[in-house]
Amino acid sequence: MDTKRQYEVVFIVDPTADEEVSRLTESFTQIVTDQGGVVTKAETMGKRPLAYEILHHKDGTFVLLEIEGSGREIAELERRMRVNDRVLRYITVRVDEDRRRADKLKERRARKAAKRPEREGRQRRGPAMEFAEANSE
Amino acid sequence: MSANYEDRQRGGGGYDGDDDQDRRPMGGRGGGRRMHRRRVCRFCIDKVDLIDFKDVRLLQNYLPERGKILPRRISGNCATHQRMLAEAIKRARNIALLPYTTD
Repeated sequence: MDTKRQYEVVFIVDPTADEEVSRLTESFTQIVTDQGGVVTKAETMGKRPLAYEILHHKDGTFVLLEIEGSGREIAELERRMRVNDRVLRYITVRVDEDRRRADKLKERRARKAAKRPEREGRQRRGPAMEFAEANSE
Repeated sequence: MSANYEDRQRGGGGYDGDDDQDRRPMGGRGGGRRMHRRRVCRFCIDKVDLIDFKDVRLLQNYLPERGKILPRRISGNCATHQRMLAEAIKRARNIALLPYTTD
């Protein structure tokens, strides 16, 4: 497997430990780097209410990490998050395959549009459908 | 269906909107015969290739009061997008962005 895999990791931090968020994010980034992965994006999504209680918490601070790597760093990262009491919940989603598929579809659409610009009906579809949609709101 | 669509195109913008109103989902409730409505997958119209599980605002449109996933027969989504949507909702539920149930 020479192509790098891309992951999105979202984890929820105990909101009472708000000052720890940046520290946690840093240490997780360090773990990933140590395992040979790259954190391409680290973003705090902020404190928001949970849709249901987790360990009697009603709110949580959400943090998003985008990671590129082989998959080994994910294993280590998940292990660390599992044992950390401050992390209420985490989810890892592999996104490279879906993104590649989306890019392919987009490209195909662009090619199709370039291939037959003479077909008026196709072009007019856009605004008309938008209009219909706006009115059905 | 496509022939019908061509007609609507020539009918002009105003007519377009009205026509769609008549075909709203569930518009025919109570009437004797089933209302035929245009099935439109909103994701296909917007040319969505990826549905992000973090996009709560979008996903919430497909969760009625009980918190269940809105079936395709009502939303009119195509199979591909319904599958993507369901997957995204389930992920969002897992990290408490969306509820499993509401009562």
